[in-house]
Amino acid sequence: MTSAVVTSTDRARGGITARGRRPRRLTAGRIGLYAFLASAALFFLLPAWIMLLTSLKPMEEIRQGTIFALPLAPTLEAWAAAWGSACTGLTCEGISVGFWNSVRILVPSVILSVLLGALNGYALSFWPVRGANVLFAILLAGAFVPYQVFLYPLVRMFSSVGIYNSLAGIVLVHVIFGMPIMTLLFRNFYASLPRELFNAARVDGGGFFTIFLRVMLPMSTPILVVAVILQVTGVWNDFILGLTFAGRENLPMTVQLNNIVNSTHGVRLYNVDMAATVLTGVVPLAIYFVTGRWFVRGIAAGAVKG
Amino acid sequence: MAAVSVRDVSIAFGSMPVLDRLSIEVAAGEFLVLLGPSGCGKSTLLNAMAGLIDVEDGEIHFGERNVTWEEPKDRGVAMVFQSYALYPRMSVRENLSFGLRMARTQKAEIEARVARAAAMLQIEHLLDRRPSELSGGQRQRVAIGRALVRDADIFLFDEPLSNLDAQLRNELRVEIKRLHQRLADTTMIYVTHDQIEALTLADRVAVMKDRRIQQLAPPAEIYNRPANLFVAGFVGSPRMNFVEGRIEAPDGALVFRAGDRRLALDAYEFARRPAPGSAATLGVRPEHIGVLEAGEDVHAWSGLHVDIVEPMGADSLVWCRDGETTLAVRMAGEKPIAPGAAVRLVLDPARASLFDPASGERL
Repeated sequence: MTSAVVTSTDRARGGITARGRRPRRLTAGRIGLYAFLASAALFFLLPAWIMLLTSLKPMEEIRQGTIFALPLAPTLEAWAAAWGSACTGLTCEGISVGFWNSVRILVPSVILSVLLGALNGYALSFWPVRGANVLFAILLAGAFVPYQVFLYPLVRMFSSVGIYNSLAGIVLVHVIFGMPIMTLLFRNFYASLPRELFNAARVDGGGFFTIFLRVMLPMSTPILVVAVILQVTGVWNDFILGLTFAGRENLPMTVQLNNIVNSTHGVRLYNVDMAATVLTGVVPLAIYFVTGRWFVRGIAAGAVKG
Repeated sequence: MAAVSVRDVSIAFGSMPVLDRLSIEVAAGEFLVLLGPSGCGKSTLLNAMAGLIDVEDGEIHFGERNVTWEEPKDRGVAMVFQSYALYPRMSVRENLSFGLRMARTQKAEIEARVARAAAMLQIEHLLDRRPSELSGGQRQRVAIGRALVRDADIFLFDEPLSNLDAQLRNELRVEIKRLHQRLADTTMIYVTHDQIEALTLADRVAVMKDRRIQQLAPPAEIYNRPANLFVAGFVGSPRMNFVEGRIEAPDGALVFRAGDRRLALDAYEFARRPAPGSAATLGVRPEHIGVLEAGEDVHAWSGLHVDIVEPMGADSLVWCRDGETTLAVRMAGEKPIAPGAAVRLVLDPARASLFDPASGERL
């Protein structure tokens, strides 16, 4: 051995020094990375934080222009007003009307589009359909055509069958526009499952729907959660489709929020606007928090691998 | 009881033919093994029997029934898959009973059949577990149990042991053999690329290659009298030795000759008599070659040296070499002979095989 430096630990392990540089825990690069992540987080959190603070302040405090200051006399008055008495155009019933409208649109839209997407994906990946790939390609192409192109033709079609400006109309629109991405999601998921599983179920006597409901759907938890997250946020955050197809009676929360913020009777009530905005964002936020955990659990439970 | 009859079946994936007018008759209660390298069409044939792949042409009959276009669930077959294909979100008990529940069998009957199958395969203690909590061997037992509870006339096995390690494979192979002895009425068709499984399990083996059945015969005949060069080389481990040479008749009796080595063929049973002077390939299994010490037999093949000795536990494989010619010889003992030693080999013509090198057919 030619090396002159032999430490005591080296000696204990046989006197041969490990080659190469020992990996360091904290490097300049790491610190830079954390700094970037922290500023990115701030970038998104700061507006939310200001909204929350402002919504808890009375108007006098807001007029002082100290937007970063904590509220001196926190109050939920603005929240109550936003929920129950803020004016959306001519009526002054708050954003609660829009909230329940959105719920009425959301629930059937999400359930129908996720189930239909799952069924579509299952059929496309397991049942031999002539031209399945072409069908799938056409469906996918639909996902890349801008919504605006469809608006006018769809309005004409819907009004000719009498579901324009109705709950059924807006739900149908959401189901249609959700179909390509939902089908893609489930098709790819089912394509990753072993085909032998499907064959076993066929030999065991399952038909099209039995295999779907009793074998495939129970295995689909992870992808179902992903699909629900996508659809809930998509449908809830939609503005243009709700404005176009829902009709005055069913205007979703996003449209009502816009009306609240834009209808000015004298003083602009920033605290009420902020509270209404936070209220509108609560549902997608809650979905992320609640299902995120299921999502991780679904993967960890080995639901995919048999 | 159901015989299986495949008549002139053709299957193609797109423009690629997978089976081409293939016919095979399987007797009721028979254990047939489809043996072949991957891509030979054996799994496709099995899937066609199960109804999982549509046949393009030809017919499939089970007993009296023409099942060519019947749905898999109506065919009365049970199937075991290579990847086990257990339903991951169901317990073992639910996995076993799924088929019966689909067929709306009485509850008591289901329980009785599940209990019987579980006892047969010794998986009673696993009934309430999920497949993800089982080992590979246990999973395949459950998969076999799932086929068992259905009381099907025909069992189809698609490489059921290929995903298991060597020891479990041996264990479950015995289990399947026992199962067949117990269910003597059940026709079993078993796809594998493992020739040991084929030889140990089968009543008859169908060796397949390139979409065709090369030979359909009982295992002993497949092993001792392979119909062509492919079967001879594919079946048997270690592999059969092949020596190129000619058939000659110097004094009336036929002799195989390779260089100045010869083998008298008086004891050889010809499938068809070749003309003297024609080329031939001699095939001899390593266990049908004897090793002589120096100077005993004039007919022995001399001039070979021991190249490598591979001890295999019970016996050893001795590779003897002379230039281009290499012959593997199976000898008893762990170190029967030292590398470099000169040996003289005696080949058993009665147990050898001769092939036409052009067509590959047995002579």
